[in-house]
Amino acid sequence: MLELRHRGAGPGPGAAGAPPPREGEAAGGDHETESTSDKETDIDDRYGDLDSRTDSDLPEIPPSSDRTPEILKKALSGLSSRWKNWWIRGILTLTMISLFFLIIYMGSFMLMPSVLSIQVKCFHEIITIGYRVYRSYDLPWFRTLSWYFLLCVNYFFYGETVADYFATFVQREEQLQFLIRYHRFISFALYLAGFCMFVLSLVKKHYRLQFYMFAWTHVTLLITVTQSHLVIQNLFEGMIWFLVPISSVICNDITAYLFGFFFGRTPLIKLSPKKTWEGFIGGFFSTVVFGFTAAYVLSKYQYFVCPVEYRSDVNSFVTECEPSELFRLQSYALPPFLQAVLRWETVSLYPFQIHSVALSTFASLIGPFGGFFASGFKRAFKIKDFANTIPGHGGIMDRFDCQYLMATFVHVYITSFIRGPNPSKVLQQLLVLQPEQQLNIYRTLKTHLIEKGLLQPALKV
Amino acid sequence: MTELRQRVAHEPDAPPEDKESEPEAKLDGETASDSESRAEPAPPPASADDTPEVLNRALSNLSSRWKNWWVRGILTLAMIAFFFIIIYLGPMVLMIIVMCVQIKCFHEIITIGYNVYHSYDLPWFRTLSWYFLLCVNYFFYGETVTDYFFTLVQREEPLRILSKYHRFISFTLYLTGFCMFVLSLVKKHYRLQFYMFGWTHVTLLIVVTQSHLVIHNLFEGMIWFIVPISCVICNDIMAYMFGFFFGRTPLIKLSPKKTWEGFIGGFFATVVFGLLLSYVMSGYRCFVCPVEYNNDTNSFTVDCEPSDLFRLQEYNIPGVIQSVIGWKTVRMYPFQIHSVALSTFASLIGPFGGFFASGFKRAFKIKDFANTIPGHGGIMDRFDCQYLMATFVNVYIASFIRGPNPSKLIQQFLTLRPDQQLHIFNTLRSHLIDKGMLTAATEDE
Repeated sequence: MLELRHRGAGPGPGAAGAPPPREGEAAGGDHETESTSDKETDIDDRYGDLDSRTDSDLPEIPPSSDRTPEILKKALSGLSSRWKNWWIRGILTLTMISLFFLIIYMGSFMLMPSVLSIQVKCFHEIITIGYRVYRSYDLPWFRTLSWYFLLCVNYFFYGETVADYFATFVQREEQLQFLIRYHRFISFALYLAGFCMFVLSLVKKHYRLQFYMFAWTHVTLLITVTQSHLVIQNLFEGMIWFLVPISSVICNDITAYLFGFFFGRTPLIKLSPKKTWEGFIGGFFSTVVFGFTAAYVLSKYQYFVCPVEYRSDVNSFVTECEPSELFRLQSYALPPFLQAVLRWETVSLYPFQIHSVALSTFASLIGPFGGFFASGFKRAFKIKDFANTIPGHGGIMDRFDCQYLMATFVHVYITSFIRGPNPSKVLQQLLVLQPEQQLNIYRTLKTHLIEKGLLQPALKV
Repeated sequence: MTELRQRVAHEPDAPPEDKESEPEAKLDGETASDSESRAEPAPPPASADDTPEVLNRALSNLSSRWKNWWVRGILTLAMIAFFFIIIYLGPMVLMIIVMCVQIKCFHEIITIGYNVYHSYDLPWFRTLSWYFLLCVNYFFYGETVTDYFFTLVQREEPLRILSKYHRFISFTLYLTGFCMFVLSLVKKHYRLQFYMFGWTHVTLLIVVTQSHLVIHNLFEGMIWFIVPISCVICNDIMAYMFGFFFGRTPLIKLSPKKTWEGFIGGFFATVVFGLLLSYVMSGYRCFVCPVEYNNDTNSFTVDCEPSDLFRLQEYNIPGVIQSVIGWKTVRMYPFQIHSVALSTFASLIGPFGGFFASGFKRAFKIKDFANTIPGHGGIMDRFDCQYLMATFVNVYIASFIRGPNPSKLIQQFLTLRPDQQLHIFNTLRSHLIDKGMLTAATEDE
């Protein structure tokens, strides 16, 4: 989320929040009138201030050093610090957008590794915050275990994806067949090994910290890894299902910021004081229009619209198909009041554009909740940004916090409204059954297809 | 896990523990250790003695240690009897019982979270936790119901819509909870609220997903539910007995009362027990057949032709054992061989679930999860080893025993587009012809 953060200014706002050293914990009622009874204080001391009632005594974690490249600094040295900040953000925004276009141009095969790298970086950022919050630098094996779990979960998900989409490729190789057939068992065994290692690594004085970090890792995995795999599944459905949602979220960020900058007056939510209702609503309408237009432009090209398939003969990904119904222009009759306004009777639209309105609406109305969640998280742990990877913007997680809800929504939307199950997955499962079951199913299918008129009963092929 | 806990007397090792941790109490700032600064107060809230009055009176003249032993013993027998009763009552009751156990475990863990974080008065928090539990249960039960009650669901119009858009509806419900959480964030309590959010989700992950795997196993055949659970229970009891009589070498620092003798003795005893139990149960259809929902009678039936796994077969005994036992072949059910794998897992890896729970209890300085069962603690205390077992059995079945569910496949097939259906049909046909199951001439049937 683009919030104006005065990075040029010193740690002023942060320092104000940093508490005095915590010897006065029993006197924790410095800002609340709630009574901390002796018993509660006892238990507080017993558990340490990790679990204290209020956030105030968590010292602020200092941000890493400023990573703005030297060249930018020199070019902008003449401007005042506020405009310099604005220019840095602007330049980096354009850089990221160009990078986005470049990756799209290179195709789906490049997108998968990019998504994977982003996922790994987000995981790293969140885990690093956990280390700093809990000072768990010297817990035995902890870093190893976190990365090991990341590897396990990724192995599990990639295995499921690969098996689905590369069915023909996989059938050829003998070792891959074995891995696919027992995939769940192997993944579970790998995970169990990590679990047992965790139990064996419990050290007497550090139980609670270790459990916290274990839970932290798992929640992070749940958020970052599962969603990035949903992104990849959306991608395989057709690049447009990847592009339109992501651009809608980015557009909503930018237009909400601009509307807020020029017209903002009424604050939206106490959690993010710089967000305004004007920005929210303006962003909503512009995103819907943007999504509508982007959908119109992209629906024309087979490259974006067709499901990504792996062709074994050419050993590469191809996006070639007969565009489905969604991506063929259709005439819709306009409702009368719009007719009067626009003076057209019908309009030619791609049906996908109607779906894009749903996607943009979600991106503008519910997507921001992902941003609020991340803001709340950062306030809870007294950090300004997740990391300092992108100068002017913060970490990768800062850019992608709204995307996560979106990815899940698009996936659920596709499976519920657009397509049924994946045909290659159904086929793969069919081939795994017992021969008698296959015969039974074959006969059932045959009857069904003949009933539907798709098969001629007397046809001998 | 059955550890001798002297509930009546205070722990004799509590005072020394406090003394050695005095110096650490002086630490400022965030500590990386679990420091105790004062003498450990009386065990946390739910410490009222739940032992029924009847038992108390009957055992009043015994010494406290034996009384404790008797209480535990009686409750163990009561629980085992209860287990038999619900098995007798059938799959429907079992599903309901699993659901109740799951809710109670969730409640116990969440209550611990409240106690740890004093989050009694966080806005909406309890409501949100229960709401998330409801959402996740709705999602999982919906997936199960759609699979197994396919015909029932297709008949009723509202159910059909619910099942068609099931994922979307579940996601919307979850999102509502998520947005409520974000809106409920209160300025001074962010961190606590995030902790509790994380706590709730991890608890859901552990408790709810595994209980649904238990139900999946149940539908596969009651034997897949009974044998694993009994193996874990047997391992608990046997390891305790062996440890009691022969225990000498400690097993792991985390649970000081566990011994290697108990561990290994429990392992062998459980394998033998598993073999015997599966031999006995494989003979009965009601345990061996998958649970199916019969549309005509509107009830569950367990009636089928037992699969290969549950038919006696002759096995040649390897030479080594032949000389010992004096038999050349033995008649066994193939399932008994699988039961060895299940018992091995229950004895070797299952205890790690117990160690995990022990570590958790030590981390949060609680003696038991709750006080529901006198002498044993909470429901979670009894079920901590079962969770890993449930997942293992489910993965085992999916990988080694059965393939995908044929009726589910047909259901998925029917939702595909016609051209996709034709493509799959033709591929299946060429596959069957390749395998010799079909010849071109039989196409006319």
